[in-house]
Amino acid sequence: MADRILMKGNEAIAEAAIRAGCRHYFGYPITPQTEIAAYMAKKMPKIGGVFLQAESEIASINMVYGAAAAGMRVMTSSSSPGVSLKAEGLSYIAGSDVPALVVNVQRGGPGLGGIQPSQSDYFQATKGGGHGDYRMIVLAPASVQEMASLTIKGFDLADKYCITSMILADGTIGQMMEPITFEDTEIKTYEKPWALTGTGCARKHNIINSLYLKPDELEKKNFERYEKYKEIEKNEAMWEEYMMDDAEVCVVAFGITSRVAKNAVLTARKEGIKAGLIRPITLWPFPNAPFEAAADKVKAFISAELSMGQMIEDIKLATKCKKPVTLCNRCGGMILAPDEILDAIRNAEKGELA
Amino acid sequence: MAVVFEKPKSLTDVPFHYCPGCPHGIIHRLVAEVIDELGIEGTAIGVAPVGCAVMAYDYFACDMIEAPHGRAPAVATGIKRCRPENVVFTYQGDGDLASIGMAETVHSAARNENITVIFVNNAIYGMTGGQMAPTSLPGQVTQTSPYGRDVNHCGWPIRVSEMLATLEGPEYVARVAVNNVKNVKNAKKVIKKAFENQIAGKGFSLVEVVSACPTNWGMTPKAALEWVESDMLPYYPIGVYKDRSAGEEK
Repeated sequence: MADRILMKGNEAIAEAAIRAGCRHYFGYPITPQTEIAAYMAKKMPKIGGVFLQAESEIASINMVYGAAAAGMRVMTSSSSPGVSLKAEGLSYIAGSDVPALVVNVQRGGPGLGGIQPSQSDYFQATKGGGHGDYRMIVLAPASVQEMASLTIKGFDLADKYCITSMILADGTIGQMMEPITFEDTEIKTYEKPWALTGTGCARKHNIINSLYLKPDELEKKNFERYEKYKEIEKNEAMWEEYMMDDAEVCVVAFGITSRVAKNAVLTARKEGIKAGLIRPITLWPFPNAPFEAAADKVKAFISAELSMGQMIEDIKLATKCKKPVTLCNRCGGMILAPDEILDAIRNAEKGELA
Repeated sequence: MAVVFEKPKSLTDVPFHYCPGCPHGIIHRLVAEVIDELGIEGTAIGVAPVGCAVMAYDYFACDMIEAPHGRAPAVATGIKRCRPENVVFTYQGDGDLASIGMAETVHSAARNENITVIFVNNAIYGMTGGQMAPTSLPGQVTQTSPYGRDVNHCGWPIRVSEMLATLEGPEYVARVAVNNVKNVKNAKKVIKKAFENQIAGKGFSLVEVVSACPTNWGMTPKAALEWVESDMLPYYPIGVYKDRSAGEEK
């Protein structure tokens, strides 16, 4: 059996990336994710990898673009304001269909916001952030163990679909320590015949590009890309259901909030309220299936999130508004307490909707 | 029949989209001839900018990528750090390199990133129809400086080569021009050195090529080349501004 190690969430991402075969990291310091860069700075030179501190978030995402185009497993990490700066590069990477892994250890916003945990980049991660029609696979870890396992999964999905995988974590999971194990994972490798390797004078030149001046060509390219997105929606949605079998009130929460929500669900059960939890693990693709099923069974949904209400829109879409969805939230770096979610569950049970 | 002149192997058969009289064709050709002569067409990877040369990826026969505006040196850094055995170059204009991408330019030079940068300075934004560039001359009339560039209002043009030469980092910084035969010949020599430096592992080599934009300057091609001589070159003199290995044995 693999050893159990005590690790910070941010370090777990870095170690998992190395185990996934990532040998190129480009980043820029920002709280609360800097441990990822520090870990990479220490490790990469010892294993023949590259750690490079870029002059800006903009430069770092473009270094990632170049490295991804060169066919390498590559990543960058940042926190909310830094991810805004990367948005241009994310759009180019999507438009060029090259694989990359990007980590956002979220902090409160908008603007410079704060440095405490938040989930208010949900829209930015799942709906775009950069310009144009594109998607990223968005993975939301709820433990240090998942920081590691979803990072490995993220690299694999990125290569499989030639897409960006984003780890959408938050300052709490980034900073907290938990024991984790690294199972021996088989790292799949993917052929990358499109990569920039030099032609070797043996093939036609490869071009990595997102420019299509002819509108019919650009439309065709976008249609093709959305066929790929449909495949991802069909195959890759992940979620966890907790006490949902007979649930009448369904709490929906991801990341750190889901752990607070589990606590509230347990307490509610002790009070005789049939509460349950759906925890989306992929935020895009949003796991519609459990919501379609729950919409016919539960009285109400509660979206518990650390934002002014962003995921709630996807819950309404997934449930086709068949049942009321209420928001239970804190933001700006404040964390939901179990009692706050418990109150929301009690109200929903009584049919008193906030 | 003897072949006396032919297209470099490192250029594709795709016809250039450049305006009549635009020196981009000459500069593309010089880069391609150098790639041919050094025998690196199979290992070269080029980075195209946003600007007039955006479609350079169609013209150079080596592997190519199109970078976001100004980010070519960062993209090139990512490629070179992954594939140090390949020869990586960027081809950028003045808006791309000296305005929106100045940070990427300065820092890749400061890191002595082992890449080759071809910087085409024609003192104007060409692709968007002739707006003021960071290198537009004082008094120069453009679409966004219709009364002439007023340095009290929008500052002075930037001499990129002189500025970069003050950095400890870069290996080689030189300025050339392509307004007459003599200057074109010299430009090729300098561009070749900038590629040779990379092959020798010496580091960041930038060649600023003073060029012309007859269309947006509102001049005939001939008048534009004369304006390079009379107005551009006095502000942007030809020369080698930094050569760390100068004087070393070959």
